[in-house]
Amino acid sequence: MPRGAEAARLRKPSQTMAVLAMCVVLIVVFSIGLNGFLTVGNLLALARNISILGILALGMAVVVIGRGLDLSQVASFAASTAIAIIIMNAGYPTGLAVLVGLVLAIVIGILNGFLISVVEMPPLLTTLASSLAVLGIIRTTAVQHYVVYLAKGHDDFLRIGGNLWNGVPVPILIFGAAAILLHLFLSRTVLGRSIYAHGDNPDAARLSGIATRPLTMMEYAISAGIGYVGGVVMIAETALMHLQVAESTLIFDVIMVVVLGGVSLVGGRGNVMSVLVGTLLIGVLLNGMTIMDMDVQTQNIIKGLVLLVAIVLDSYLHPRDEETSKQGD
Amino acid sequence: MKSLQRFWHRNSPQLFLGELLEKRWMEPIIPFTLTIAVFLAFALTIPRYTSLGNLQQLMFNFAEQGMVAIAMAFSVLSGGIDLSVGSVFAMSNFLALYFYLILGLPLPVMIVAVLAFGALMGAVNGGMIAYGKTRPFLTTLVVLIIVRAAYNKVTAAFTDELASINSESPVWDFMGGGTILGVPTNMAVLIVVAVATHFFLTRARPGVHIMAVGSSRKAARHAGVNVKWALFSAYVISGALSALAGIFYAARQNSSGTDTGVGWEINALAAVVLGGISLAGGRGTIARAMMGAAIIFMLISGMVQTGISGNFTTATIGIVLLIAVGFNVKWVKNKGKVLQKVYVVPSWVDFEPPPSIARDSGTVFAENDRLRDAEPIALNQIEGPEDIILDRDDHLYTVNRNGSIIRFRAPDYTVREEFARIGGRPLGLAFDRDQNLLVCIAGMGVYGVKPDRTVFKVTDRTNRTRTRLKDDSRLYLADDLDVAPDGKIYFSEATTRYELTDWALDGFEGRGNGRLICHDPATGTTRTILKNLTFPNGVCIAHDGKSVLWASTWLCRVYRYWIATEKAGTCELLIDNLPGYCDNINRSSDGNYWLAFVGLRSPVYDLAMANPGFRIRMVKQIPPDEWLCPGINYGCVIKFDDKGNVLESLWDPGGTSHPTITSVREHKGYLYIGGLENNRIGRIRLPNADPGWEAHKSYWGAA
Repeated sequence: MPRGAEAARLRKPSQTMAVLAMCVVLIVVFSIGLNGFLTVGNLLALARNISILGILALGMAVVVIGRGLDLSQVASFAASTAIAIIIMNAGYPTGLAVLVGLVLAIVIGILNGFLISVVEMPPLLTTLASSLAVLGIIRTTAVQHYVVYLAKGHDDFLRIGGNLWNGVPVPILIFGAAAILLHLFLSRTVLGRSIYAHGDNPDAARLSGIATRPLTMMEYAISAGIGYVGGVVMIAETALMHLQVAESTLIFDVIMVVVLGGVSLVGGRGNVMSVLVGTLLIGVLLNGMTIMDMDVQTQNIIKGLVLLVAIVLDSYLHPRDEETSKQGD
Repeated sequence: MKSLQRFWHRNSPQLFLGELLEKRWMEPIIPFTLTIAVFLAFALTIPRYTSLGNLQQLMFNFAEQGMVAIAMAFSVLSGGIDLSVGSVFAMSNFLALYFYLILGLPLPVMIVAVLAFGALMGAVNGGMIAYGKTRPFLTTLVVLIIVRAAYNKVTAAFTDELASINSESPVWDFMGGGTILGVPTNMAVLIVVAVATHFFLTRARPGVHIMAVGSSRKAARHAGVNVKWALFSAYVISGALSALAGIFYAARQNSSGTDTGVGWEINALAAVVLGGISLAGGRGTIARAMMGAAIIFMLISGMVQTGISGNFTTATIGIVLLIAVGFNVKWVKNKGKVLQKVYVVPSWVDFEPPPSIARDSGTVFAENDRLRDAEPIALNQIEGPEDIILDRDDHLYTVNRNGSIIRFRAPDYTVREEFARIGGRPLGLAFDRDQNLLVCIAGMGVYGVKPDRTVFKVTDRTNRTRTRLKDDSRLYLADDLDVAPDGKIYFSEATTRYELTDWALDGFEGRGNGRLICHDPATGTTRTILKNLTFPNGVCIAHDGKSVLWASTWLCRVYRYWIATEKAGTCELLIDNLPGYCDNINRSSDGNYWLAFVGLRSPVYDLAMANPGFRIRMVKQIPPDEWLCPGINYGCVIKFDDKGNVLESLWDPGGTSHPTITSVREHKGYLYIGGLENNRIGRIRLPNADPGWEAHKSYWGAA
């Protein structure tokens, strides 16, 4: 049996490589078929566009590797960056404002983790409900209307969303730095390996002495924290936070990136490389669809279909035992 | 103070609570109360909320949401979730308008087409979930996005046509705005759908299969249910119901806006969970989904009516959902534990120090060795002979743990044969006038075996106590019986609160949970004659046939219940403060009675019986094998006379061969001994007894 399983695994292509190959094909097709795809300007724009998605996906990957899912990531960064903007506008130092937002995001993450690990609620429902609650609360208390604008005079802050002198966008550098740091964390630290153990088999992880409840809270805190970094980059690029982003399909783009790249929803699989590849594929796809001048709804339909294929593929490549799986998945 | 405490412990409200939690209707009672409370709250705060017009309007608005909630309930009961209901609903709404008012298709064709669309979407969901083994949550979420995007696209494309539609059809208007006996059409349809789906899920095979798969996929598969098909059908039904809601919404609104159906899946989910349908699947009813939907609907519409902002409503729904899911998860996990903790409610029992049993005490209870040399019968051939009886031909009958009646043939009792197999746990035995062997069976009732070995049921239920929450009409633990000269069967039911395996728990309670019941074979009626008795056990008709003697195990007392003479119907205490826990009573040859002690009292346990708090802590905090128990490792039998004087006692000190004696039966100069947990029947020769006496003659005469 082990030999057979090993052979079967060898025969199945690594998902990351498969996606990378798809990426290459897509780039080649778009380069040939679409005018203006293979230009420096478009490639830099592509890099800028995928960096926020990539940063968010890095955070999501941590939770998914730990066999969870964080549907509240976008809502939580939208809420916390909105608070950060309000504090900046009130004249407090930029650093302090950003820090307060970060703390808020992490608190939301820890609360999610608490409900999931201690109250033992299904992650999907918990984060779905908590995103509703967070958005509702932030809109009744702090942000009456959807949009918060960053007041003038924060040029230093806005540089985060700008370009370097030779046209390289700063966000892509932040994405790169975040990817390297997360890679080191996941592959070189005990905590990082524990996340893999937790996702691979939560019961075994708990029985072998890993404190899975605090670990779960940490996973969701990291997801929210990295998500907040993505949110900061977003407001640095646009100088505003539009809360409707939380009602958009951005969160599904993030999940799509993660799942497509090979971070399986069964947990314990995939790495930062998977996220990078997934981000590239989705980035190329979105860029191509934008060049083709598709409207948002059509894009959503196509993205949805791609995600459905990804989910079916994932359940084929990484089957789970649905007779013992937790409900609400 | 002490009497107040006594009163409290004897009538603890916890008793009520424990039995309340056991009730199946307890689970929906929480959402039910909540529904009423929310309705009352808005009725009091919003003027004219309960006016006929407003109620009708509420029903109009509620019906479609109710249908979507039923759709969600189907998927959740199957163990999954269907988040696409909101967008399928919206798309069906558009399609209904498009097919009927723009394309001009006939109404029935349109309805069939739209329902088919809903079923198709359900088939996509169900196909991927059941056959593609994908996760329900993510799969339906993606379908939600795709259908929603498609909906936004088509409504944008047909904005002008949709703006100018108007219908001339009276049927269409009736579907949208008509009433049947004052009830809006869509509400009437919702009621029909709810009743139909309820019967489908509880009475029809495919529906029961969906519930089975939801409660345990593995068990359903092992039982031969086609799991994949059941799951698939649940999603198809869910999609079709969402489409039905869309049709009625279209008939009512005649419009298709950008926000149609947005967030409905969340509301439906909140409704289902709030109604108490378990997210783990398989637990819940359509009625509960309706209650949850009513709560959510009234909350939202009430907030709109009182002018609270939509953001606050979003936050409320989110928080309500979190609390409901959290409570649901914890409740499902811990309900059994809560019930277990609440159910045992010890009472307060006061004991006086019993007469001494010391060997040199000189009392009638003084320990001796008279049972020590009892001759074993059926050694290791029998398991737990709780009661024994001998017939006219001296054959020995006894009960076995596996639910059968075993007969050992006279004269040497070495031939073992299974006389009858009834099931349950047979306990007390008695012969009636026609040589039928009557037997009390724990968990089943009273049964009889004719001499030709055919088994017949005597009775398995009595009249229910109307003032009690727990249905006690079924016999839980029929223990011992005897037959009066007029043929009436008197039997004891030890407790109505515990199974036989938990008899020790009833002992910790020490409450009057048992009863004395009379069955009259002439009329076939069974009536409870005495209730709230503390573990009534042995039952014996007195020699003169005018009274029934019965023993209360935990109170260590013997009572006499008069069935004839002018005292008929009254009960009096015959012997009090015995040193052991009484079990079966049987007649002896000299006109007296034998009584078996199942265990012996100890000062510590007596003290514990007067301290309910101690026993509660014991049962809750330490494992069962550490519990303080009545001492049952003794063997003791006593004899008492008609006036209640104890005449003699026979002992097996330490219970080496006869511990836990539950029955003694005298027959032709011998005393036969049986025990609840024993592996043998004992027999000793009684030196002064009449060697010709047998119980059957004593009861029914020489013939």
